[in-house]
Amino acid sequence: MCGIIGFMSRTGRLISGDRIATALNCLKERGNGEGSGYVGYGIYPDYKDDYAIHVFLDATKDYDRIRHEVEEVLVKYGYILKDEEIPTEEGIIKQEQVSWRFFYRFDEKYIAVEEDMMVNIVMDINDRIDGAFVFSSGKNMGVFKAAAWPLEVAEYFKIDQYKGFQWLSHARYPTNTKGWWGGAHPFNLLGWSVVHNGEITSYGANKRYVESFGYKCKLLTDTEVVAYLFDLLIRKHKLPVEYAMSALAPRFWDEIESMSEEDKKIHEAIRMTYGGATMNGPFGIVVGTQEGMVFMNGEVEEGNTMVGLTDRIKLRPLVAAEKDDLLFVSSEESAIRKICPELDRVWMPDAGRMVIAKLEKKI
Amino acid sequence: MIPSTVPPKYKVFVDPERCMLCERCTTECSWGVYRRQGNKILTYPNRCGACLRCVSNCPRDAITVTLNQSCGREHPVWTPEVKQDVVTQAKSGCILLSGMGNAKEYPIYFDKIVLDACQVTNPSIDPLREPMELRTYVGKKPEKLEFEYVEEEIDGKKVKKAKLETKIAPNIKLNTPIMIGHMSYGALSLNAHKAMAKAVKECGTFMGTGEGGLHRDLYGYSDSIITQVASGRFGVNSEYLNKGAAIEIKIGQGAKPGIGGHLPGEKVSAEVSMTRMIPQGSDAISPAPHHDIYSIEDLAQLIRSLKEATRWKMPVFVKISAVHNVAAIANGIATSDADAVVIDGFKGGTGAAPKVFRDNVGIPIEVAIAAVDDRLREQGNRHKISIIASGGIRNSADVFKSIALGADAVYIGTAAMVAMGCTVCGRCYTGQCAWGIATQKPELVKRLEVDDAARRVANLIHAWTHEIQELLGAAGINSIESLRGNRDRLRGVGLSEIELNTLGIKQAGM
Ligand code: SF4
Ligand code: SF4
Repeated sequence: MCGIIGFMSRTGRLISGDRIATALNCLKERGNGEGSGYVGYGIYPDYKDDYAIHVFLDATKDYDRIRHEVEEVLVKYGYILKDEEIPTEEGIIKQEQVSWRFFYRFDEKYIAVEEDMMVNIVMDINDRIDGAFVFSSGKNMGVFKAAAWPLEVAEYFKIDQYKGFQWLSHARYPTNTKGWWGGAHPFNLLGWSVVHNGEITSYGANKRYVESFGYKCKLLTDTEVVAYLFDLLIRKHKLPVEYAMSALAPRFWDEIESMSEEDKKIHEAIRMTYGGATMNGPFGIVVGTQEGMVFMNGEVEEGNTMVGLTDRIKLRPLVAAEKDDLLFVSSEESAIRKICPELDRVWMPDAGRMVIAKLEKKI
Repeated sequence: MIPSTVPPKYKVFVDPERCMLCERCTTECSWGVYRRQGNKILTYPNRCGACLRCVSNCPRDAITVTLNQSCGREHPVWTPEVKQDVVTQAKSGCILLSGMGNAKEYPIYFDKIVLDACQVTNPSIDPLREPMELRTYVGKKPEKLEFEYVEEEIDGKKVKKAKLETKIAPNIKLNTPIMIGHMSYGALSLNAHKAMAKAVKECGTFMGTGEGGLHRDLYGYSDSIITQVASGRFGVNSEYLNKGAAIEIKIGQGAKPGIGGHLPGEKVSAEVSMTRMIPQGSDAISPAPHHDIYSIEDLAQLIRSLKEATRWKMPVFVKISAVHNVAAIANGIATSDADAVVIDGFKGGTGAAPKVFRDNVGIPIEVAIAAVDDRLREQGNRHKISIIASGGIRNSADVFKSIALGADAVYIGTAAMVAMGCTVCGRCYTGQCAWGIATQKPELVKRLEVDDAARRVANLIHAWTHEIQELLGAAGINSIESLRGNRDRLRGVGLSEIELNTLGIKQAGM
C-alpha cells in the first residue's frame, strides 16, 4: 500500500501546490486516511538562504511552553528571523499538533558547520523536548503533513498557496506503527525529504547502524531511517550518489562477480563497508534533496535533485515519466496522467536502479 | 577401603535371549564395560558413560543402556550426581574433570526468543526463486569509503572517473556465516580434523586448528584454516602461522573462563607431540594467562607481531570467554588492531575442563553478543571489528538469532562433533572416545571414517544454510547483512523486562 507521487521542473519553473494535491488524491486508495503529506522545494523565496524549521507542538495547553523550549535551543546558535503558526484552515481535521515554523539563520561562527549543527539541533529537540518534533529543517522548502486524507491535508495546510519547482507527496497506509502526525511522510532532515512505499525489513539493522553515527531514531517509522541514511552517506561520507544508492540497494554478488576488476573491487567494498545501510524488504522511495551531491564522474551538483529507487527485487512499484522540463516519479502512472495527460516518455525503472532528476541551474 | 556409596549412573542390560555372543561389544566398548565369561556377557555398569557405541554396534540389538533409577533415597538437593562427585573427590583429593559443555539447567535464552515473519504488506521472499545472499566477510571494515576522481581519456574524450581510494583490510570470505570453532588436534583425532577440514572446504567456510598446531596432512586445506595462538604457544612457528587464512589469539574459552588448557599426557601421541612441538606423553598445560599479555597494549603488540610474521595479509581474531564485563573487553580489543572478536559462551564444549568451571563460570552467549554489539556501536567501534559468536549454537535458529542480536558469524563445535557421531557422553578427557573422535588411540581413531564424517559435517552446514535462507526469506530479507543486529525481527517470550532490555529485544505482541 501507500501512494507516492513527486515531480520536478528541471528548469526551476514554479508550480502551484494544488497540482501535487490533485495527483496525490488519485492515489487516495493506497492510503487509509491516517497520514498524508507534501513537501515543496522553492516555496520560501523570501528566506531562500535561511532554514525553515517546521515543528509539531503537542496541541495541549502546554504548547506555548514547549515552543519556548524549542526557541531556547535555537537562539543558542543563531537568530530566529521570523516565527509563526503555519497558516491552516480550521475545521478540516482534528488538530492533534500545532504546526509552527521558524525562519532561522545561524550565527556567523557556525556557518562552516551549520549543517552538522542543524542535524544536532533536530536530534536534540526530538530526543529531549517532550511534545515537540522537528519535521522539516531545510532551506527554501517545507514539509506539510498530518494524519488525514490527501485532500484534507492539502486544504488544511492551504497547499495551493505555495509554489515550488519540486514537490513530493505521500498517502499513507500504516502497517507497522499507529498513524500519527509525526509518522506521516515525507520525512525530512536538512534538505533530504523521503517518501516511501513499503516496509523496510532491515529497519532494526539500519536503525542501529545510523544510531552508531549519532542519529537518533525517535519517530518510530522506518522512513525516518532512510532520511538519515541519505544524510550520512551523501552529505557526511560524500559518497557519489550512484554508489550511495548501491549501498542502499546493493548489486547482487552474482552481478558483482561478472563486473570488471575495478568495479568489482568498488562494489565489494561498498557491500563490506555499508552492510548496515543495506535496505531490505519491499520499498519504493523518492527522495528530494537540496544538498550538494557528488556524481560518479566527480561533478558536484549544488542544486536540487530528485532520486527514485526501488528495492533490488522490485517488490514495490515505481514508474517514471517525462514531459518537457518535468520529471515525474510515482507508484502509479494514473497519478501522473491525472495532472499531465500527455507524456513524452513513461518507463518502469529496473529493480534497484535509480532515477535521477537534476535542476539545470542552481536556484 | 570405603566401598562406593553411590550406585552406577547407568544400567547396562544384555538380553541373553537376543545375544549371540559375538563379543563385538567387548571390543567396541573402549571403557571396558563388557567381558565375556563362558556363555555370558558380563557388564561393569560403573564404567559406563552412555556413549552408546555398544548399542549402535550390537548386531542383535541386545543391549539397553538406561538411567539407573533404583539408586536409594531420592533427595532434591543431594542428587546422585552431587553425591558421586563428593565420593570421587573424597577418594582422589583431585579436581574433577569433565568434557563437553555446561551440563546445568540454566535458561537457554535462544529458546525464549522467537523470530518474526512477513505477511501481506511486507511480502516474504521465496528463496527457491530469488537470490538469498549469505556471503559474509569477517575482518575489519573501514568507517567510510573515499574516492578520488581521476581524468581518463576514453575515445579521445577526457572524462572524470571515481576510483576507490580506501584500502580494505584483509578479511576472510565465508559463503555461509557458519564456521567450525577451534578444537585442537590432540583433543580430537586426526581423522576428525581431516573430516572437518574437508567439510569446510566444500562449504566455503573455515575451521579453527585449536591450540594444537596444524598437522602436515592438513596443509592442503590452508585456505580454509584459522590457526590459533594460545598461551602455551603449542605448535606455533612461522610456517604454521602462514599455513592459515587467519589467526586467532585465544585468551579464554567459554567452557573454562579464566583458566588455561590441559591435554593429558595419554593423548600426546608421537604425531601429536610433533605437531604440538612437545615431548611425547607429556601433559600439555597452557597457562591461564598469556605471560606476555597483561593489558590491551600487550595484546596489541602480539597482534602486530603476528601480522608482521604473516606480512599483514591475514586478519587476526581474539577469542575471549563470555564474562560479565565482556563488552568493555571487546571494546578494548576493537581498539587493539584485532580484526574480529570471538565471544565464547558458557555452554561451549571442551575436551577437558574442571567440572566446577564448566558448570558454573561465565555467562550465556546470547546476552554477551547483545552487550558487545551495543557497546561497540556506542563507542563507534563496530566497523573496526567483526563479532563471531560461539558456545552453545545448536541449530540454524540459534545461528539466525545470534546474527540478529549482533554477530557477523558463528563457530560451531559440539554440533560438528555430533554430526560425526559424538553422543555428548562428556568423557573426552579420558582419551577413550569410543567413536574415534576425541582420542589418539589408533584402533579407536580408525573407527571414524574420514569421508563419511566429512560428508555428514558438510551436510549439516548445508542444511543449516538452507534453513537460514528460508528464515531470511520469511523475514523478507535477501541478504545477511540486513539481519546483522536487526533485533527488530526478534521477540521475547517468557522473559523478564530486565532480560528483554539486556538482550535489546521487545516482548512478543509489541
Ligand atoms: S555385541 Fe550384542 S550380540 Fe554381540 S556379544 Fe555384545 S551384546 Fe551380544
Ligand atoms: S567426543 Fe567421544 S568422548 Fe567426547 S563426548 Fe563425544 S562421544 Fe563422548
